[in-house]
Amino acid sequence: MGYDRQLINRLENMAKQIRRDIVTCVGVGVAGHIGGSNSSADIVTALYFYKMKHDPSNPQMKERDRFLLSKGHVGILQYSALAESGYFPVEDLKHVKELGFYLQGHPDVIKTPGIEAGTGSLGQGLSIGLGMALGQKLDGLDSKTYVLVGDGEIAEGQIWEAAMAASAFHADNLVAIVDRNRLQANGKVKERFDSGDIIAKFLSFGWNVIEIDGHNMEEILTALDAADEVKGIPTVIVANTVKGKGLSFAENVVGYHNGTLTEDTYRQAMEELA
Amino acid sequence: MSYNNQRIAYGNTLVELGKDDPRIVVLDADLGGSTMGKMFEQAYPERHFEMGIAEADMTSVAAGLAQTGKIPFTNSFAAFAAGRAYDQIRQTIAIGKLNVKICGSSSGLSDFGDGATHQCVEDMAIMRAIPNMTVLCPADANETVEAVKAMARMQGPCYIRLNRNDYENVTKEGEPFKIGVPKVLKDGHDVAVFATGYMVGEAMKAAEELEGKISVKVINISTIKPLNAEAVLEAAGDCRAIVTAEEHSVLCGLGSAISEVLCKDPRPIEFVGVQDTFGCSAHNYKELLDYFGLNAEKVKEAVEKMAAY
Repeated sequence: MGYDRQLINRLENMAKQIRRDIVTCVGVGVAGHIGGSNSSADIVTALYFYKMKHDPSNPQMKERDRFLLSKGHVGILQYSALAESGYFPVEDLKHVKELGFYLQGHPDVIKTPGIEAGTGSLGQGLSIGLGMALGQKLDGLDSKTYVLVGDGEIAEGQIWEAAMAASAFHADNLVAIVDRNRLQANGKVKERFDSGDIIAKFLSFGWNVIEIDGHNMEEILTALDAADEVKGIPTVIVANTVKGKGLSFAENVVGYHNGTLTEDTYRQAMEELA
Repeated sequence: MSYNNQRIAYGNTLVELGKDDPRIVVLDADLGGSTMGKMFEQAYPERHFEMGIAEADMTSVAAGLAQTGKIPFTNSFAAFAAGRAYDQIRQTIAIGKLNVKICGSSSGLSDFGDGATHQCVEDMAIMRAIPNMTVLCPADANETVEAVKAMARMQGPCYIRLNRNDYENVTKEGEPFKIGVPKVLKDGHDVAVFATGYMVGEAMKAAEELEGKISVKVINISTIKPLNAEAVLEAAGDCRAIVTAEEHSVLCGLGSAISEVLCKDPRPIEFVGVQDTFGCSAHNYKELLDYFGLNAEKVKEAVEKMAAY
């Protein structure tokens, strides 16, 4: 399937802008989840700026598609996408995690516009997303729920409870995206706690599985559009990514899971993303 | 319609609520035959979700349903509803003040046969500690009907604990119920007994047996949280000592909640409840209650002891 080159360019530029916003969120001297934000940045850009029906001036629009960040620790990525969409001022990203501010360390459904539910305790987002997908079906809506999970996160057993349940309920309006950056907080997923053959696992749970390069915008759009065509079963997109993508010093470096930027690395990051 | 079992009252009330309100949805984890979620399933199959033996998933799914404007009720035994799904309740439902209703069925010692694994004597403690959570423990089947209607009307997370077994009503059918309002069931001026759940009836029996000897006031606390401090202080009145009675651990349940209020106007308090221990199996409910000292006789002894102050 071919996509208009201008569309792809526009989305790639937005993904770059969002990566700059992520660096802005982290700032200098305070730890932030840089690695996982950057591995998911292209996927989240495609969702907010191409795929999802949503209205920043009416976050509660009934017909909206919904996005859940099951890997809630990369809240700064979602805040960047929400700010660039117009849910709140981009300038506010500088104040993430400041005492009393509305942009918390993890998504907060009460404090922040555009957040669908609080996440942070890993492994729960797919279940919450399934609940939303079932609610959308009860309301007769032609809307979808997208859930982003990490490949380290799927060690949580509840992910597989939800995987079973989504199949049982034929939740074809639920799309999971696994950000397979192959690193978790303390090292390589394969070495720390091997999640095995994710694709075979989801297939055996009755899901439609699509594997893509999670940094190739055309592949991301193709997968998201293909999920619309699948009836009767949920879809998971397994996106192969690089943790810290876009920042040469952070790519595939475990320490940048929740890392701190110095004035030098902050400047370097902004230069590389210019 | 009057019932003599809280589960039956609950199941019927859900069906009644579901009739007029399409937002009501019910989720079970393979215990619908016991929680009486099956009654809703039979009436409105499209709004009942059998979530399998997966309480954590059920609870988070309910959170998602609430965010689409539904009013989900999740059912399981209290040990699983409050225990196994604690993190799901805390992280998404309570922090977000989501409109999810959680039913801890077969609470306390009421699942007498199944033993310690299934007898939850700490669910009120767990739920009470969570900010934003409302915790209800109705005295009997009659009060359950009104409490369930009230929890459906209120906005926000609410936990209700229910008893498994048949027993006589101590409150009147159709009596108005307001969350957070303690009810004086019997007036008295020597000793005040604050009771909740099954123990309300036992407290009433104790008070009646002591009639003419000790003037006992009995207060039904069916809202464990938010506990109306002013109303508790007023209910304690000029009684010179206090007894609390609950089918729950004496730690962090009703006794603790009452103490937290009455320490502002201190007087001696005796706690009737499960003494910081787990339950065990028995062939019948009464036998088990007696073993753990949860009966009118023990309330009476506690009142007599406190009346000596």
